[in-house]
Amino acid sequence: MKKFFSIILTLFIPLSFTNASKAGGHMEAEVIHWWVSGGEQAAISKFAEAWKDMGGTWIDTAITGGDNARGTTVNRIIGGNPPTAAQFNISKQFVDLVEQGQLQSLEEVASAEGWRDFIYPPELIETCEFEGEFYCVPVNIHSAQWMWINNEVFEKAGVPKPNTIQDFIAVAPQIQDAGFIPLALGGQPWQEGLMFDVVASSTLGFPHMAKLYRDKDVEAFRDGKMEMVLQTYRDLNKFIDEGAPGRLWNDATAMVVEGKAAMQIMGDWARGEFAVAGKEAKVDYDCVIPGKEKYVALGGDVFVFPKNSDPKVKEIQLKMASMMVNPTVQANFNNAKGSLPMRLDVDTSAADACMQMGLELIQQPSAIMRENDDWNSPAFTSAWEDIISEFRNDPNYSVSAAMDDLEAVLTSGL
Amino acid sequence: MYYLTKNLASKISLLPMIIISLTVFVGCIIYSFIYSLTGSKLIPALNYVGFQQYERLFKSRKWDVAVENIFIYGFVFTIGCLVIGFLLAVLIDQKIRGESLFRTIFLYPYAMSFVVTGLVWKWVLNPTFGLEHSMHLWGFDWFKLDWLVNRELAIYAVCIAAVWQGAGFVMVLMLAGLRGIDEDIWKSLSIEGIPKWRSYLFVILPMIRPMVVTSIVLIAAGVVKVYDLILALTSGGPGYATTTPAMYVMENFFSRANLGQAFAASIIMFISVVCILAPWAYYEFYFRNKEAK
Repeated sequence: MKKFFSIILTLFIPLSFTNASKAGGHMEAEVIHWWVSGGEQAAISKFAEAWKDMGGTWIDTAITGGDNARGTTVNRIIGGNPPTAAQFNISKQFVDLVEQGQLQSLEEVASAEGWRDFIYPPELIETCEFEGEFYCVPVNIHSAQWMWINNEVFEKAGVPKPNTIQDFIAVAPQIQDAGFIPLALGGQPWQEGLMFDVVASSTLGFPHMAKLYRDKDVEAFRDGKMEMVLQTYRDLNKFIDEGAPGRLWNDATAMVVEGKAAMQIMGDWARGEFAVAGKEAKVDYDCVIPGKEKYVALGGDVFVFPKNSDPKVKEIQLKMASMMVNPTVQANFNNAKGSLPMRLDVDTSAADACMQMGLELIQQPSAIMRENDDWNSPAFTSAWEDIISEFRNDPNYSVSAAMDDLEAVLTSGL
Repeated sequence: MYYLTKNLASKISLLPMIIISLTVFVGCIIYSFIYSLTGSKLIPALNYVGFQQYERLFKSRKWDVAVENIFIYGFVFTIGCLVIGFLLAVLIDQKIRGESLFRTIFLYPYAMSFVVTGLVWKWVLNPTFGLEHSMHLWGFDWFKLDWLVNRELAIYAVCIAAVWQGAGFVMVLMLAGLRGIDEDIWKSLSIEGIPKWRSYLFVILPMIRPMVVTSIVLIAAGVVKVYDLILALTSGGPGYATTTPAMYVMENFFSRANLGQAFAASIIMFISVVCILAPWAYYEFYFRNKEAK
């Protein structure tokens, strides 16, 4: 019988633990994020320092990989043990959480501090606002549409640096003949999708892209231009080395840094890899936004604050939200991260030449470009990426078949 | 009543396990089925959409590829491990010098996690930096090893890595069987003048049948749960050429915020496993009991 009771007891021990962990100290905040690389850690620690200066305790829960981190956040919310704050992307990733009433409204602090007046660009407010209330804090802007160019390789190959994707396709054979890999790519669906979006938006322009991704306009999709984009995308394939599938983005960047490859199409986070290698912007490497019209894609990160049964937590959450938009904190954080701040009155004198380009562009409202995941659910964007990825990897996948499959996704209502 | 009171103590001590099995396994299956009928996205929600998720699943090109892959992988991996494992065991059984050294070498891969195996083979098979590159540098320009990045062959590259890891384990099991064969049988076989390969194939192999069955069961369990190896080796690529049903489920669960689809896929996986297991379970628990009586 003793054994029996001990078994029953063992069953209940885990229950007693979960309650204990909830009792927290003063201003204790647990933050889930996926910033684990060197530069990223430096950036998040700026938040942590500012929080500690306010007298708070920062519990850092860094989880490798955005998918894993977001998965953990959702599981913890469903499991009734939510973190104080959690990272998501500027996207539709957390819409479900808002709709299910799982997130804390930040309206109190947002209207008191006048967030709507200083958050820039206003598209960020759109991302965070649901039924007139703020539910997330945008912290930075990362743009995806850059060509990262190794100047030395282009010099050695004796060809001019490209301004558009089409320019690049024209000179790429000569780069190949000079013994370099013209285009470095990490063959993972998200990177293939990113490259497709860059080809498409630089060729078609943002208004046309909005018709596709926002309006799901089948007529605009079928007006003959998309076939052209797919063909251009396929032409690029000839200039990618066959070892690309499965490669990580930073390994592809390293190929450009080391001078094995001439160029990579990647977001502005690639700049960090050049910086770590001691390369200087505009001197050793160049950054170009492809296309005749220059756009800056509006990607980046937000923090959300899950509702907590403990009323004290709400106070802590509002304080932290206010801390994250503070101009000084924003300057420290974004200079460490290499991203653009979410307000214009921030000191960006530490920005390098490439970052300055982004800063100038973002001040023109017409140059701001929204992305696929700003308008669409992860289910939609990943179904779209699947087709793009298959299209790149399967030479027998014809343009017309890809068009049919893409249209099916467009009209699927995902 | 007698059945209840007989061995009461053991029944009580089994009770927690029974409760856990019922709530966790059966409960979760029912839960998954219910939510597979909903349009749940990031978090479970009871907005019923009928069998729409299943419809979408069966229309998905990716799911087709995943199902095809698990059959290819299952077949090649099982046969590969058994044949190579048995051959290695036979070779080691020839009373060679340094037997324990070879045994260790062949078994070593099994001690590694699938993630390590995946990463090692990823580097070896990468055409830009791996073996192919080295061969080119040594002057063998004709050498080509692009399995990992070739959509048609990538799943076989996964099989190679898996067999490399699993064959040593099968070898050890088979070797144990071979060592259990009576010397007298070998003597009589040689008196009869039967060639060695025929003795192994037609006399010895049937005698170590239990070892073969054990190997198959262990390998088959490995087939169903393959996930980490493919994730490390190809992450399902190129494109989605090496994706598997388990990966499809995980993807929809975590990165794609498409819970309804993930539940539908896992229910289909569950049904297929039951379809394979049911006849065997019927035989084990029903047919055999009858025989015993």
